[in-house]
Amino acid sequence: MNIAIEKQDGSPDADLKCVFERPQALSDKPFHYCPGCSHGTYHRLIAEMIDEFGLLDKTVGICPVGCAVFAYEYFETDMIEASHGRAPAVATGVKRSLPDRFVFTYQGDGDLAAIGMGEIIHAAARGERITVFFVNNGIFGMTGGQMAPTTLIGQKTTTSVDGRDPRTTGQPIRVCELLSSIEGVAYLARVPLTSPKNINTCRKYMRKAIRAQLEDVGLGLVEVLSPCPVQWGMKPGDALHHIDESVVKAFPPGEIVDRVSATAK
Amino acid sequence: MDLCQIHTDRCKGCELCVQFCPKHALEMSEGRNAAGYHPAVLTHPDLCNGCALCAEMCPETGIEIYRRQKRARHEAVDQG
Amino acid sequence: MPATKQLTKGNEALAMGAVAGGCDCFFGYPITPQNEVPEVLSYEMPKRGRVFVQAESEVASINMVYGAAAAGKRAMTSSSSPGISLMMEGVSYIACAELPCLIVNVMRGGPGLGSITPSQGDYFQACKGGGHGDYHCIVLAPWNVQEMYEFPALGFELADRYRCPAMILADGVLGAMMEPATIRDDDAPPDVPEKPWATSGRNGRNHKNIVNSLVIEPYGLRDHNLKLQAKYAKMQCETRWDTRHTDDAEILLVAYGIAARLALSACKLARKQGVNAGLLRPITLYPFPSDAIVECAAGKKRVLVVELSSGQMVEDVRLAINGKVPVDFYGEMGGVIPSPADICRKIMEAVQ
Repeated sequence: MNIAIEKQDGSPDADLKCVFERPQALSDKPFHYCPGCSHGTYHRLIAEMIDEFGLLDKTVGICPVGCAVFAYEYFETDMIEASHGRAPAVATGVKRSLPDRFVFTYQGDGDLAAIGMGEIIHAAARGERITVFFVNNGIFGMTGGQMAPTTLIGQKTTTSVDGRDPRTTGQPIRVCELLSSIEGVAYLARVPLTSPKNINTCRKYMRKAIRAQLEDVGLGLVEVLSPCPVQWGMKPGDALHHIDESVVKAFPPGEIVDRVSATAK
Repeated sequence: MDLCQIHTDRCKGCELCVQFCPKHALEMSEGRNAAGYHPAVLTHPDLCNGCALCAEMCPETGIEIYRRQKRARHEAVDQG
Repeated sequence: MPATKQLTKGNEALAMGAVAGGCDCFFGYPITPQNEVPEVLSYEMPKRGRVFVQAESEVASINMVYGAAAAGKRAMTSSSSPGISLMMEGVSYIACAELPCLIVNVMRGGPGLGSITPSQGDYFQACKGGGHGDYHCIVLAPWNVQEMYEFPALGFELADRYRCPAMILADGVLGAMMEPATIRDDDAPPDVPEKPWATSGRNGRNHKNIVNSLVIEPYGLRDHNLKLQAKYAKMQCETRWDTRHTDDAEILLVAYGIAARLALSACKLARKQGVNAGLLRPITLYPFPSDAIVECAAGKKRVLVVELSSGQMVEDVRLAINGKVPVDFYGEMGGVIPSPADICRKIMEAVQ
């Protein structure tokens, strides 16, 4: 049942004020993501931020290879599709060319923490003024649910069918902690996208990661702990519970590096 | 009465809006949308307080929230 | 245009040629034998307010080039054979996304880590794709320091015209050798075409631009490939070559780059010994001067292709000539450089 926002005579109901709508920086195209996947939520938050900071006209976004490979369809800003893992290098090329633009990358955990680890570390080391929106769902989603560098110990994937064994496949990589030793990093934070409260916390973190770039402090990165209900074999609601119960133990949420607040203007 | 407007054509039936609605104003439909999903619907508009938690949790950005402006809200309360 | 003749090293000439050619951004990673290119640009670029970044790898370099080219800038990288191999995925993306850029390969001996000595073993990689999928780069082959200076500007111009990667295929000799070259004194920026497709931020534009090499729908990708192929067909008019002593020649040598310098010396030696030898030097390796070779070889006794490889360009020469004239090959590999006398001996063997 849809509720009309017009009065019975068809005229707009002036008393009703829209308080939550699609951000302008988000295109009308429906997402291709699976039901309950947080990519759409994170896309919306990025678009909200672009609106909030008034960056629609000066943003260049870089998409990854992975589930978010079509992200260029969903934002109304100029977009570049990078090769797998290289978004921070592409972003470096754009930002150095056009220092007054707002440049962000959108990357998954396979893209950023596996094949693209070199690029993110060195972009951080150079203190590139870019903002990285990092989605950690602990799995290669698009290719069919293979083990990622962020897969939890014991987690079953299509390439760790008996559960991830640390003796042969190592331990999950904590990207924020790994990058925290690098001084070119201005801001690092991690947050699960599991509740309205956490989503609001994510907004707060994203604002700082964006300010890290706009205020010329350094690289900003927000890692969201995101569900992959389909590849985890869980219902969307259960997948969120799983993050709150288990994933946060391996990937503790919070601000890991904050050099933005100290330089607040 | 505030309103959540669900774009049922965008809904993929993940049920997160239903699970996070504190007023239990939403339910999953028995019917299907064009994509074949059972979409969420606002079955109890009288319960909706426009808190927007459903919209916040919707991964599809498929819900818009409308609130009565203050003056109207007072009138509604008076009448109630 | 004010210019001075200077004794210049090939790699340094190439770097200054990039500056003169309007290079906005350079991204590169050290590798011998091309290190003077990033070294010179590391101070010449910032001093002009342009971008120089030493990347963490060739993979990163080419993707930085991708980003800067997408932003509408004249972007380039320089490397040598193994580094170019690492870049190949990125070059394929750049070709598919139709971005103009300049890639310099100062070739060294391969395969593998090979050696740091000069070679021409990357002809196939440069001209036949190298990366995945059906694409081409425009490939320019300089043969002296003057062309090392001039070809970056030409490469940028052609890359912008066709929205494709251009490659300068040099070698370790050309990079390291010093000879006089006329170097411009000023930095007057060249004319660069408008790039309305660039992802430089909308800045008032009423639509967004997307730079992308993903076309998931088969017919869509086929159509995009047909568009690229039509562009490559159109590019054939850019073919460039040079001939020396070919009119009265009984044997035609075909060689590019430093091998062409050696071959020209060999022609002169052969003429002293009574054999009229001439040289055709392809300047563009892609598009390849097939028609010019056919025309020039007509009526000759033999054709001798000389390369610092096992025989790569010779395949294109044979394809062009198509059996009308016998084609011989002489090549050295691994950084061994034949002398003009060695090549002259091959000329004598061929004509007897």
